[in-house]
Amino acid sequence: MTSVDPLAEARFSPLHQAHVDAGASFTDFAGWQMPVRYSSDLAEHHAVRNTAGIFDLSHMAEIRVTGPDAGVYLDYTFAGLLSGIALMQAKYSLLLTEGGGIIDDVVVYRLGDAEYLVVANAGNRFAALEAMQARAARFDVTVADESDDIALIAVQGPEARDILNATAGFAAGGDMIALRYYRAMNGDFSGTALFIARTGYTGEDGFELYIPVAQAPALWDAIVTAGENRGLVPAGLASRDTLRLEAGMPLYGHELTRSTYPAQAGLGRVVNLAKDTDFVGRTASEEGPSATAPVLVGLIAQGKRAGRAGYEVYATPDAADAAGEITSGALSPTLGYPIAMAYVTPALARLGTEVYVDVRGTRIPATVASLPFYSRKK
Amino acid sequence: MTDKSQLQYTADHEWVLIEGDTATIGITAYAAEKLGDVVFVDLPEEGTAVTAGTVVGEIESTKSVGEIFVPVNGTVTATNGAVVDAPELVNSDPFGEGWLIKVTFTEAPTLMSFADYSALIGE
Repeated sequence: MTSVDPLAEARFSPLHQAHVDAGASFTDFAGWQMPVRYSSDLAEHHAVRNTAGIFDLSHMAEIRVTGPDAGVYLDYTFAGLLSGIALMQAKYSLLLTEGGGIIDDVVVYRLGDAEYLVVANAGNRFAALEAMQARAARFDVTVADESDDIALIAVQGPEARDILNATAGFAAGGDMIALRYYRAMNGDFSGTALFIARTGYTGEDGFELYIPVAQAPALWDAIVTAGENRGLVPAGLASRDTLRLEAGMPLYGHELTRSTYPAQAGLGRVVNLAKDTDFVGRTASEEGPSATAPVLVGLIAQGKRAGRAGYEVYATPDAADAAGEITSGALSPTLGYPIAMAYVTPALARLGTEVYVDVRGTRIPATVASLPFYSRKK
Repeated sequence: MTDKSQLQYTADHEWVLIEGDTATIGITAYAAEKLGDVVFVDLPEEGTAVTAGTVVGEIESTKSVGEIFVPVNGTVTATNGAVVDAPELVNSDPFGEGWLIKVTFTEAPTLMSFADYSALIGE
């Protein structure tokens, strides 16, 4: 086990210098100094929707699980049936508490018959690792935190594939056109093996590239060069947040917490109760949240004033007690009107229900809407 | 472009141009940069009586909300409709086209000098 102090001083991505050179503004994210924007978060958002953006996600955690029991261990440790995924397939899953709350949401890749890679949120690196190691005791597996060795670069947007094809030194190990969503393949960058996944967190087509830290700056530069005439821009965490919100994707710490049941977040399908084996959180998940527990909904409003995380939601313009709370919200750059995700009492969760968001003292009408707010044209 | 050294400043990152009995107020480039892309500006109505140190409007970016503090007692005599229609002016020209309101006053406020403000923001 690594002994990195989670409260240590600020950490920097292996790509930090590239961000400084590109004029980035930085923000603290889970102890990392990461680019929040380079010039304009709106321009970066639109570039990902219309052409392409490149993101540094090197702060995310990579935990490798190997050994003869890898599949059954993961089935016990996570909410999904991970022994059942195919080689080079990815699956979104949840790490639950005994009580059925969410420790982290992850993407799990199957790299071999007895080898998986779990990608966890940066802010949950140590919590996820601790839970995964504690649950490994009675299995023949090795759980290794490789977060400090692996950099992660995402290229997202309609031009992403063409840009990677044009990147000097980059060679996919197979047909990237035929590569399906949530599938992966191996590749090579100037003699360094890398791992290419057709995944993302933006609602656009795109790829996520896992590469050893030492070679990451050269790969970043090569992609940026290839993208110069194809509308590629470096994109920061501000645009990543508005992109994922439009795509209706939850963010840990906002929509997902240890006191949130997956079913409340609309993630009941991720908890595989048909599994014929036990898993941590199973009993609580079978019981489920109470009938009055808040549920996650989408909200849309008119005008330009966005409800934001923490703002209260009311059933009527003059109701005394709040009936919900926004967990993420912004003026949607793509749609032009305010959007939000909120937990509301089940009575207000039906599509089309009119609710009122307290925007700093003014109750602004909003309508319960289906998620996602935005879907790309296929 | 306004000569920034001729402006006065507040610790809340507003700039103030005093001309006779009128103060023109905006937010500084530093504040605009910290906010990110401005997408909505809410200004008081013309004729509103305002009290120094109170919030008279809001500037929202994609990521956050900034409050507009008025640094002087007086009456709002003009608001910049251009920034309401095109909030990005606050980012592109905070000291010029991105001005926010004009307030007439009877007693000139005491504000920060350019040198003091520059020191405040570490420039």
